[in-house]
Amino acid sequence: MKFFVTVVAMCFSLLVVAQKCNSKLSGTIDDFHDGSKIVGASLYIESHNTYAVTNLDGDFQFINLCDGIYKITVSHIACDTKFLQIDVKGNTTFNINLEHHVEELEEIRIDGLAVKMQANTSQETVLKSNDLEAFSSGSLGDALKQVSGVSSLNTGNTIVKPVINGLHSSRIIVMTNGVRLQDQDWGIEHAPNIDINSAESISIIKGSGALAFGGDAIGGVVIMNPQRIFLKDSLFGKTITSAQTNGIGYSLSSKLTKTYAKGWYVSGQGTLKRYGDFEAPDYSLTNTGLDSKSFSINAGYQTFEQGFNVFYSFLNNEIGILRSSHIGNIEDLVTAINNQQPQVVDGFSYDINSPRQDVTHQVFKVEFYKRFKKFGRFNMQYDFQNNQRLEYDLRVGDDRNKPALDLTLKTHSIKTNLKLDSNIGNTYEIGLSANYQNNFANPNTGVRRLIPDYDKFDFGIYAISDFKINDKLRIDFGARYDFNRYDAKKFYQTSRWQEQGYDIDFNDFVIEDLGTQLLTNPTFDYHNFSASAGTTYDINERHALLFNYSLSNRAPNPSELFSDGLHHSAARIELGDLRINQETSNRFAFSYLFSSEKMRFNFEAFYNHVNDFIYVEPTGTQQTIRGAFPVWSYKQTNASLVGLDVSIDYVISNHWSFRNRSSLLKGYDLDLDRPLIDMPSNNTMNSLKYNNEQWLNFNAELQSELVFRQNEFPDNNFEAFIPTTNQTVLVDISTPPPTYHLLHFNSDVTFGLSDQADLNVGISIQNLLNVSYRNYLNRLRYFADDLGRNIMLQLKINY
Amino acid sequence: MKNIKSIFILTLVSLFFISCSNDDGVNPVPVNEEEVITTLIATLNATNGTPITMEFRDLDGDGPDAPIITVSSALQANTMYNGSLNLLNETTDPAESIREEIEEEANDHQFFFSNSSNLVTFAYGDTDDNGNPIGLLFSLTTTAVGNDTITITLRHEPNKEAEGVSGGDITNAGGETDIAVTFPFTIE
Repeated sequence: MKFFVTVVAMCFSLLVVAQKCNSKLSGTIDDFHDGSKIVGASLYIESHNTYAVTNLDGDFQFINLCDGIYKITVSHIACDTKFLQIDVKGNTTFNINLEHHVEELEEIRIDGLAVKMQANTSQETVLKSNDLEAFSSGSLGDALKQVSGVSSLNTGNTIVKPVINGLHSSRIIVMTNGVRLQDQDWGIEHAPNIDINSAESISIIKGSGALAFGGDAIGGVVIMNPQRIFLKDSLFGKTITSAQTNGIGYSLSSKLTKTYAKGWYVSGQGTLKRYGDFEAPDYSLTNTGLDSKSFSINAGYQTFEQGFNVFYSFLNNEIGILRSSHIGNIEDLVTAINNQQPQVVDGFSYDINSPRQDVTHQVFKVEFYKRFKKFGRFNMQYDFQNNQRLEYDLRVGDDRNKPALDLTLKTHSIKTNLKLDSNIGNTYEIGLSANYQNNFANPNTGVRRLIPDYDKFDFGIYAISDFKINDKLRIDFGARYDFNRYDAKKFYQTSRWQEQGYDIDFNDFVIEDLGTQLLTNPTFDYHNFSASAGTTYDINERHALLFNYSLSNRAPNPSELFSDGLHHSAARIELGDLRINQETSNRFAFSYLFSSEKMRFNFEAFYNHVNDFIYVEPTGTQQTIRGAFPVWSYKQTNASLVGLDVSIDYVISNHWSFRNRSSLLKGYDLDLDRPLIDMPSNNTMNSLKYNNEQWLNFNAELQSELVFRQNEFPDNNFEAFIPTTNQTVLVDISTPPPTYHLLHFNSDVTFGLSDQADLNVGISIQNLLNVSYRNYLNRLRYFADDLGRNIMLQLKINY
Repeated sequence: MKNIKSIFILTLVSLFFISCSNDDGVNPVPVNEEEVITTLIATLNATNGTPITMEFRDLDGDGPDAPIITVSSALQANTMYNGSLNLLNETTDPAESIREEIEEEANDHQFFFSNSSNLVTFAYGDTDDNGNPIGLLFSLTTTAVGNDTITITLRHEPNKEAEGVSGGDITNAGGETDIAVTFPFTIE
């Protein structure tokens, strides 16, 4: 409509050429945010080749104009250039608003530097597309390990959960394109259902300071940002393809974005990955293949003042789980631990048999924003997520191809926030969010539900503020309240219900007695308060300091409350506890950042005191017809986590540079006076890199990864009777694997194909020396070694 | 002020959306586990005397209740018993026979018998299509008087061709354990 009017108006403008030309156009230019006058802005009428410049009051004027429509270009340093069509009729007044800090358009979390202090005074690291592209064939968890203090909890090599400063699963929020991922993150063998290639950059915030995303991120927040949109007519894309020797597979990822100067944009992205059985140095890891397919579409309209975004993403992962890790009972576990070799080693195959996971995750989002003059930015978003998880165990008879676990998690959420930024330097933000979540456990599996059907309702409200005291000092404060309600319908075995003492404490929950089973309706409400305060101080150009305190509460997840049953893939009986309440974290963080032309040094220390810390550990054994099984129970204690993360980037000479990432962590159970279970061990990564821009931007890097043995662990070993040998043996499930050292090598060159396109060819070798090793935080460490050498060739085309 | 008003209205609208939950009040259906084996009954018949039964029964499966193990009477010394195994899922009514399922998939199953005091010996009494033992039928021969235990193990998808497996040695059998139960008994 607007376009039509413009065309009509332009036609008319041609008719008025013969008119008298003594009209005047005048007006004022002021700042959109705070209404201040903009001095020295230039206005240019192309058709007349005349200029005007605003004076100290922001006023401008053109004289001796003919009546008609003029195209005027308004520009000012640090402002977005604006194109206007102004209808001049006699003496015309036209006031103009300019946007004075364009960089806010994108809410940028991307910067040229590897480490950048955000407005938020949290310990934050940004991984840029270059850092991520090297992991195009891998997973999110693999890529995040580049950040010191971030490790991973693995089930094999394709199920990788990020661990931030020793904490994982429900203690980490993963945001993708503004949506908080709801993908059954409670399970330790449930990796984030996300394609690493959908992100253009990733921010990792340690601790719960980023209250806008949620109040329960005791571990931290991972924010995956999509491709930035620029307001110009452009079509660009990127394709990354790789082939590798370990797993004899490929990955292909492609992205195409079309943008228009008027603000419209559309972007599509897709990834395919296919691997067969991976290999340890000495044997094939039978049934560890991967088949992954994903795509996403992102479209919308975006100008400074308003815009909207529609986003849809689909991901399907079919993941084989090491055949030998599926065991029967304690006896099989003892055999596996003593053998030091997988029980089943077959030839290479692309087949993905049971045990396996088949997970499909879909995200749909619509977002709308509008900026109000001299006020701020208002944002509203609705998103829907559907997560379907099928887990297949080794089963017999007709049930062979029936999943043992079939959960569908649906989440609707609405959030809205208002950012007041009219006062340059100081910002205030308030926000509301509400979720409705439904979990459906399909009864057709023929296996009692590990996680019950439930409805969950969440409501959150927060306020955060950021003050720039002067050029060197900024402080921020935030507070958040969250309400969570679980309304579950769960069957308990009558014997379990009584054994746990629920018949005394929770008798009200029973709604139906089926004899051997009880149908119960546990309903729980949680009120959570979170707060954060921090400051950054730039001592001078080289030295900067950061302090941050954050308080957060996390309500227990469904697994911690409701788990109840035999987990075949882990050969253990897992028991949640209805009595578990929220955990409360008080985290103190301190960072020191040194930067000069040659060196960047970042030192991040933290102390995290968690009251009622929820953890799971072996608490005994239970006899069944299949033999004895270890029982793992969820428990609570008071815990402290203290750690130090170091990052050093040093430019040795024009061509050589050195990099170090190291982290130390100690997790302690204060009640039981012993170490916490499953804490990442200390590690250090050092790399030496050679770069020569003259040789097609040649890079070669040798990396050394040293992971120390975890010497601090609780002794959860237990004795078990083995009927076939008629002996009682000690089951050593606690002792961590020894220290290991790996070397990795990578190299790449870039060819210019045209002005806009280039081709990057890279080769990388992981585990160069084909070392056999096991990692303490790999759940399959009892059964098989980790991956052997992998040689990967990667082609990257930017166009 | 107008801004604040419009924001307020939008927020109210959004809250209205989420306040409509779909709590339809339908209860989930119970799951009766299908592959459960609650009961193993070994029946031992000698040419003279009453049959002896050894029963292992754990009705709550992986629940906390301990299994109930009963042996009907003592065995006679220097006697050969013909043994037969029955497996049941007694969580359903009527009880479901798991024995039939094992017979159908005999190639993928094998029982192993062992004892602690060498007072008895075992021999297989049946074979699958490939001529390998199954163990639903077996014989047990007692020697001297004393106390002993018998452990009956069922392996699912064992490697029946591995060394010693067809002779009843579980060492190289692999596969997964579906049953591993132990009965104490006396030989008179």
